[in-house]
Amino acid sequence: MENAKGFVHKFGDNVDTDVIIPARYLNSSDPKELATHCMEDIDKDFVNKVKPGDIMVATKNFGCGSSREHAPIAIKASGVSCVIAETFARIFYRNAINIGLPIIECEEAAKEINAGDEVEVDFDSGKITDLTTNKTYQGQAFPEFMQRIIDCGGLVNYINEK
Amino acid sequence: MGMTMTQKILAAHANLPEVKAGQLIEADLDLVLGNDITSPVAIHEIEKMKVDGVFHQDKIALVMDHFVPNKDIKSAEHVKEVRDFACKNCITNFYDVGEMGIEHALLPEKGLTVAGDVVIGADSHTCTYGALGAFSTGVGSTDMAAGMATGKAWFKVPSAIKFVLKGKPAPFISGKDIILHIIGLIGVDGALYQSMEFVGDGIGYLSMDDRFTIANMAIEAGGKNGIFPVDEKTKAYLKDHATREYKVYEADPDAEYTAEYEIDLSSLRPTVSFPHLPENTKTVDEIDEIRIDQVVIGSCTNGRLEDLKIAADILKGKKVAKGLRVIVIPATQQIYLDAMDAGYLRTFVEAGAIVSTPTCGPCLGGYMGILAHGERCVSTTNRNFVGRMGDVTSEIYLASPAVAAASALTGYITDPAKD
Repeated sequence: MENAKGFVHKFGDNVDTDVIIPARYLNSSDPKELATHCMEDIDKDFVNKVKPGDIMVATKNFGCGSSREHAPIAIKASGVSCVIAETFARIFYRNAINIGLPIIECEEAAKEINAGDEVEVDFDSGKITDLTTNKTYQGQAFPEFMQRIIDCGGLVNYINEK
Repeated sequence: MGMTMTQKILAAHANLPEVKAGQLIEADLDLVLGNDITSPVAIHEIEKMKVDGVFHQDKIALVMDHFVPNKDIKSAEHVKEVRDFACKNCITNFYDVGEMGIEHALLPEKGLTVAGDVVIGADSHTCTYGALGAFSTGVGSTDMAAGMATGKAWFKVPSAIKFVLKGKPAPFISGKDIILHIIGLIGVDGALYQSMEFVGDGIGYLSMDDRFTIANMAIEAGGKNGIFPVDEKTKAYLKDHATREYKVYEADPDAEYTAEYEIDLSSLRPTVSFPHLPENTKTVDEIDEIRIDQVVIGSCTNGRLEDLKIAADILKGKKVAKGLRVIVIPATQQIYLDAMDAGYLRTFVEAGAIVSTPTCGPCLGGYMGILAHGERCVSTTNRNFVGRMGDVTSEIYLASPAVAAASALTGYITDPAKD
């Protein structure tokens, strides 16, 4: 799996799927359209600031709330290459793996990395490097089973190859 | 080491003699659920899979409940897409306008989920069926697609937290107060990745509707599922509703729990979750006068007959506060009819409330009661996140049907006992 590298957008605890993609936009399932409203209710300017490859960093329980897969789809389609968090809500965690949005859990990195820092993530080793502060962190690498799903490019391809 | 109730159900569905917390398993599914928001995405995914149709026509339920009757053209297109898919694949349990209800009230009522089941649903409140002694959990649309195609899903076997419910709840204390109290106690990630297993003599005092409400909000504590033991009340409910055989599982006496909480139901007070997280709980005794603009009584959490009865008993012969919008939403067509026969609907309309067709509508800010800038709503729904019911500056106060109805009369958050 390729490394992610980009600049950081920082968020706090309990970022819920309603602020990631408000339900008023769920009458669409088009990734490009969803991306134009990504994070709208928590940071109205996010869609204008985000650049391809950028990284989201948040603290506890990222993606809590609804099961809408539109949430990781919107984040992925907005160009974000990876989400780093202290913990993820479980349905968001599954959804991100299933649609191929790279995510990684690391408490220290989630707390210490600042908005605007340039960060690189090596998914094979779970190593997270803050290139701005020159600090490295060890994230939780995926269990082998999930790594296989990710390597296939998501659950659909995994099932097709089985 | 013994297994929890959840672990026993999962082991049986994975054809394994035992499972341990953290183990990755593949389990057979008894039912796969989707709604009008999540199913279209799942249909797009299943179309990419090299499969010939769905695994079982009777073991899939597609319930059009979030934005129906269609709130706009795009929603209409989504429902049409699901309707066409259901027709093409001869899905038995497709519920559209006229037959539909809010999915988590509808499925138990139709007897499609029973004790001992493993159920996945592309809706986070799928955990509701734990009230019947089933393992049920919310997933996303791709998991739903894989479930529809293969009849299987992968799970990481969860560890569990035990909640011992003791004693008899006081008047006006319902399942909603119990689960809000628990979420306030452990936080919105207090049960992250884990089962919430409810036990204790207090359960005997709880109706099935109370238990559905409690299991429904397990996800609001981050839980993978919430589950109740099967007792005489469960068996009576299943006798009236189940369409197939059920199986009773019990936790082993030596099952391991990561934590144990004892909740004295007799000491609980009506509880309200303040904006913008379900864990921000206060009892009605700790609340100053908070003026409100709207009341919503309904949803997969609290739109069942008993919820409407509690509200109707409080509103009977009275008028809602001037300037307040009160929206009552029976969760299914059957509940609507039963509430009509019992006279509750007349009570609501005479009091100045409105009664809607079943829909998730306002709970997720879809339609049928959207809040303007700075408005406040007391709602029997399940989430009070920023912008959940409308403008990002609006506020949602989660409460029981009793608190919601009492507040509807006064125009501010009110203790039903003082009304």
